[in-house]
Amino acid sequence: MATIVEITEEKALEVKNFEFTYAGADVPSVKKLDMPVAKNSITALIGPSGCGKTTLLRSFNRMHDLYPGNKYEGEILFKERNILLPKEDLIRLRIQIGMIFQKPTAFPMSIFDNVAYGLRLQGLKNKTELKDRVEKALQDAAIWNEVKDRLTHDANGLSGGQQQRLCIARAVAVEPEVLLFDEPTSALDPISTGGIEELIVQLRERVSIIIVTHNMQQAARVSDYTGFMYLGELIELGRTEELFVTPREKLTEEYITGKFG
Amino acid sequence: MKNIIDTIFANATRAIAFGVLLLLAWIFTVLFEHSLESLQAFGFDFILEDKWAPNLEKFGALPAIYGSVVSTFLAMVLAVPVAMGIAIFLSEIAHAKLKTPVGISIELLAAIPSVIYGMWGLFYFVPIIRDVFGGVGISMLTAGIVLSIMILPFMAAVTRDAMNTTPDILKESAYALGATKWDVIKDVVIPYAKSGIIGSFILALGRAIGETMAVTFVMGNVHKISTNLTEPATSIPVALANEFAEADSDLYYSSLFELALILLVVSFVIISIAKFYFLRRKRVGQ
Amino acid sequence: MTHTQKRIFTSQVVMVLSTASAVVGIGFLFWILGVLIINGVDALTLTIFTTEGTPPGSGSGGLKHALVGQLMLVFYASMFGVPLGVLAGTYLSEYSQKSKIGEMIRDISDIMMSAPSIVIGAFVYAIVVAPMGHFSGWAGSIALTIIMLPIVLRTTDDMLQLVPSTLREAAFALGAPKYKVILQVVYRGAKAGILTGILLAVARVGGETAPLLFTSFNDNFLNMDMMQPVASLTVTMYNYATSPYEDWQKLGWAAAFILSMFILAINILGRLILLKKKVK
Repeated sequence: MATIVEITEEKALEVKNFEFTYAGADVPSVKKLDMPVAKNSITALIGPSGCGKTTLLRSFNRMHDLYPGNKYEGEILFKERNILLPKEDLIRLRIQIGMIFQKPTAFPMSIFDNVAYGLRLQGLKNKTELKDRVEKALQDAAIWNEVKDRLTHDANGLSGGQQQRLCIARAVAVEPEVLLFDEPTSALDPISTGGIEELIVQLRERVSIIIVTHNMQQAARVSDYTGFMYLGELIELGRTEELFVTPREKLTEEYITGKFG
Repeated sequence: MKNIIDTIFANATRAIAFGVLLLLAWIFTVLFEHSLESLQAFGFDFILEDKWAPNLEKFGALPAIYGSVVSTFLAMVLAVPVAMGIAIFLSEIAHAKLKTPVGISIELLAAIPSVIYGMWGLFYFVPIIRDVFGGVGISMLTAGIVLSIMILPFMAAVTRDAMNTTPDILKESAYALGATKWDVIKDVVIPYAKSGIIGSFILALGRAIGETMAVTFVMGNVHKISTNLTEPATSIPVALANEFAEADSDLYYSSLFELALILLVVSFVIISIAKFYFLRRKRVGQ
Repeated sequence: MTHTQKRIFTSQVVMVLSTASAVVGIGFLFWILGVLIINGVDALTLTIFTTEGTPPGSGSGGLKHALVGQLMLVFYASMFGVPLGVLAGTYLSEYSQKSKIGEMIRDISDIMMSAPSIVIGAFVYAIVVAPMGHFSGWAGSIALTIIMLPIVLRTTDDMLQLVPSTLREAAFALGAPKYKVILQVVYRGAKAGILTGILLAVARVGGETAPLLFTSFNDNFLNMDMMQPVASLTVTMYNYATSPYEDWQKLGWAAAFILSMFILAINILGRLILLKKKVK
């Protein structure tokens, strides 16, 4: 059984007895998993490749539904509802739970249109309001000063780190309650990585964050809670400073001391 | 010893490769030379004159040019939306189990010779046009429709390939913002694959304008400009296919060669636009 | 309706329309295939393969002349087109590399691949048929060679470039001269791809009609003299189908069926060769 620390804060999400099986697979990729996610804090998910951390992350906004045949079991509770039920409104869910990907994913349009995209999808047409919210989102993502003079330029002309911050601006523009980060710095240089990490920490005040990372130092630097996953199971969830210093599970200790992975 | 063979081999391959360039130049030169008589006789009027009367030694290309333009335009208008639909279906909607077999059948259908499409058109489509629109059934409209069906598989396959280049992660990013499937297609997939899609349409246009057999069966080869699409008409390739083997005077031949030259130049320009402006070749192995 | 509901509705409408257009488009294509198979199988008899053409109305004619003619035309075209195309492709991939002239040859070949084939027929008429004074099998084969050349050239070029350069370097490191490296190592590495390219090029010219209309012309009887007009399945199909005689039209369908099956078989074979290579 997993060792799970008591969460003192309010919970943003709660995973209960969750299983996930990919289409055509015989065995589930995430097994019988229970996990609370604290509100307005950062939860990092670490573990070796193929341990199911990304699979779990992509379940929170039902990304797996894009490909037929994938199967969820158990519950993920969000705002007092089980989001795994078939009747869940995926559009509303994905506005409430945003996502940032491994690589910057600037759409083939201008910087402004990228950030305005989610707002326009929701039907926001008022030009001044759009402008205000785009500006605010870009400021929140700490990229406003760099792009304010070239909002109409193609977003693909930005550097990798800038593009990733643009994607974060795009995600926060629709004011989500939870943000999912899937190895957001794996394609970036160390300086851009530092900038993104700083930004993630700042965002905590307004959103609850779950971040999947390959990089244990990154988890230690940014997160409040860290979950260690192995072979589809959550082995241990603890306060970050405790988990890295005094892990309670032997497997966690072996992983963080580099014995495998 | 080995150096000599090496040199011979290298130079032989080079000579043949350069031969391809010379070949194209030769084709242009020969067609131009054989067009000279007609060029001298009619000058620029050749493409403005609407009378094509071999018995009077009077040759005007306008009806054939008009027919080529209108039949190709009809074919494009009909084929583009359907090809887009098939491409969207194959790249974004169809279940994986359906994607491969349907995709492969479309590619195989693109390999069926155009003469088969023409024959089908003559026996099965001409009667339908006759019943629905009256007339003989052999017409500009029939040619446009058969042509659109002929270019459809090619267009759909290339458009699908272009759409498939959109990275999954980019589409997922749009879904993650609450986009619907159509939002993703129109805001992400189509803009991302835009130049590939337009390029494939233009390439299909280039093929359609030079296509002979799919239309020869059903167009009629009547050198007359009519706004009534259900009347027989002609196009440059149709005129060539019907008249080349039986032309009986030098000026007649020369006029046909000039038609061929016009066709070659026009397709050359269209295909170049598609290839170099929209479909810049990605070098393999890099 | 809220904005989001509208979006969902639009999306569903577009999905239905796309699926419908796919069904209609594919429906048309299968209609053609169905017609081809039904009429073809109906017209197909063993005597078709052993009898030459007969005057219309006799009802006893066959396609032997066209089958043999077609094979001759494509065979001779491949005899020239394949080696020339492979060697020219070899120059592009192995010798020219990124030189401007190499790029230009690539571009020109790309364009020639989509150029109207009837124009090639006109060209060959001017350089072969007119000087000779009459149509001939050679003229037809030359026209097909010209159509085939750029296709073989570009596939060879592409396939050779897929061969990893480490393989070449390893062979050079053993002291092999360049032509031996190419013939013995590079060609071997790209064998499946080049073979598929050649098969697809053969299938492509096998279905060509327009460039044969006024080069090899046609003959209703078996003629194996390439200096004389030679029958082909495609031109025979065109002549028979547009004739008013029912027995000729029927033979036209048989020719269409045989030709399509032949071309589909080559295409599928080409795909299988590539597939087998990938599985390895």
